[in-house]
Amino acid sequence: MNLSVQIGKLKMQNPVTVASGTFGYGEEYSRLIDLNQLGAITVKGIRLNPVRGNPTPRTAEVASGMLNAIGLQGPGVDGFIQKYWPFLRELKVPTIINIWGTTVEEYAEVARRFDALGGVGALELNVSCPNIKEGGAQFGTDLKLLAQVVAACRKVTTLPLITKMSPNVVSIAPFAKAAEDSGSDALAITNSYPAMAIDIETRKPRLANVTGGLTGSAIKPIAIKLVWDAAQAVKIPIVGMGGIQNPDDAIEFLMAGATAVAVGTANFYEPQTPLQVIAGIREFMRRKKIRDVREIIGSVQTGK
Amino acid sequence: MLEQTVTIVANERDTDSYFRLVLSAPQIAPLIQPGQFAHVRILPLKDALLRRPFSIFQVMGDTFSILYKTVGKGTDALSRMRADQELSVIAPLGHGFTVPQLGGEIPLLVAGGYGMAAMFLLAQRSPQKGIVFVGGRRRVDILCEKEFAALGWEVRVATEDGSHGEKGLVTQPLLAELRTPHSALRTRKLFACGPTPMLKVVGKIAEDFRVPAELSMDEHMCCGVGVCLTCVIPVKTDGGWEYQRTCTEGPVFDSRQIVWEATK
Repeated sequence: MNLSVQIGKLKMQNPVTVASGTFGYGEEYSRLIDLNQLGAITVKGIRLNPVRGNPTPRTAEVASGMLNAIGLQGPGVDGFIQKYWPFLRELKVPTIINIWGTTVEEYAEVARRFDALGGVGALELNVSCPNIKEGGAQFGTDLKLLAQVVAACRKVTTLPLITKMSPNVVSIAPFAKAAEDSGSDALAITNSYPAMAIDIETRKPRLANVTGGLTGSAIKPIAIKLVWDAAQAVKIPIVGMGGIQNPDDAIEFLMAGATAVAVGTANFYEPQTPLQVIAGIREFMRRKKIRDVREIIGSVQTGK
Repeated sequence: MLEQTVTIVANERDTDSYFRLVLSAPQIAPLIQPGQFAHVRILPLKDALLRRPFSIFQVMGDTFSILYKTVGKGTDALSRMRADQELSVIAPLGHGFTVPQLGGEIPLLVAGGYGMAAMFLLAQRSPQKGIVFVGGRRRVDILCEKEFAALGWEVRVATEDGSHGEKGLVTQPLLAELRTPHSALRTRKLFACGPTPMLKVVGKIAEDFRVPAELSMDEHMCCGVGVCLTCVIPVKTDGGWEYQRTCTEGPVFDSRQIVWEATK
């Protein structure tokens, strides 16, 4: 039975990674799960310099999901390399580093630094975080800026580039195409949805940032459609994510056209979820007599 | 830190809206240090998926217990669970209190409401006995007073409505004690757990009287293991301050490290 897939040059032993920002830098979960069972580890977003992040409250539980506005708190490139890379480098499983910046030049500089580091599995370009004033979604919702960011990173690295797409666009197809045409090796679909919640007793927003990003099972059907839409528009592989809680959810993403999947919010309440998803995909394949996981990819039968 | 499915031994009402939950957890129980917490997934709760963090109250043999107040959807669902049902628990978590040494500083424990739960293990494991100051709104909010007394600790109570002990806030009897002249040879140290406004005042008192204080911060939490960065508070660094995680660097912080001006 083959579970391995490929995202550009990145080889994954199975199609399951974790969503950036839901798994820290890997080490935090190493005492609860065997990280070497994963397809890849995707770390929290990193820009050139350390980032303090947003004031609290930063998250709020809502029906079938949660809102977050963390503000990409992080150690910066040097802090990451010093504190977290020695651990990640020793793992058998590849690391996908999520990177961001406030200018096209900064994205490229961060990409260049990680290219020079050696041993990195892939770079995920975060052009879709809804919770920061500059950078993030600003680049993912403008076709020209998106193309510039991807092209600028492409110029400075041979590492696989995975562009993490914003869901906050009228149609994802032209954005997916723009990323592909600018040299992206793959797409990650999707990031969180801009959202808001209010405490009616205090009349205050439940997040200090007022608005945040919605994740969890509430967004899964919307994310499935985005993956399906993008899969019709591009030839490059897609890493599907958005509300995956169990193996069935992951298989749905694969059928919609994703080559790999990422478990996100579910890690927060059940750290075993990624391993349960891997086991469940294997079980599904056994039950359906599927020998290669790639047979599932894009296998939805729409009648079209 | 272990993640395990554990069985409820008992889950009974203590007073008013307070409950005592006893869990059978032979592997987790011996690892627990005073001031640490358990992150509990209430399995019957289907639409609210996040775990709920609770200070660990007592450890007895193969079991540990939690003393909680019903405050919302999660704790309501928890209060309806019965013996033999199961919960998923990640524990023990966090950086707890420094246990006082015999002959060292005299520990003064300050608890507000169910903050008392986080202090019991500290009092029990401390060879150096001291005084517990406990405050609450009403008589029913004063928890496990007898259990602290049974450990040989002096307990001083304050209630806002005056229904039990001194009328007013817990900081009043604390201030009275700190103002009482005592041997210059024995320094004192504060340990506190309760609502953030209380902790802020305790931090200020510690500063005024030049005594050290360890504060257990109660912040809104999500993952509990350091990845999501929800439960952060501003903490001093060489160059200024940074947000640190209550679940990992805390919940217990040295009060001098907390940058209160930057908290909400």
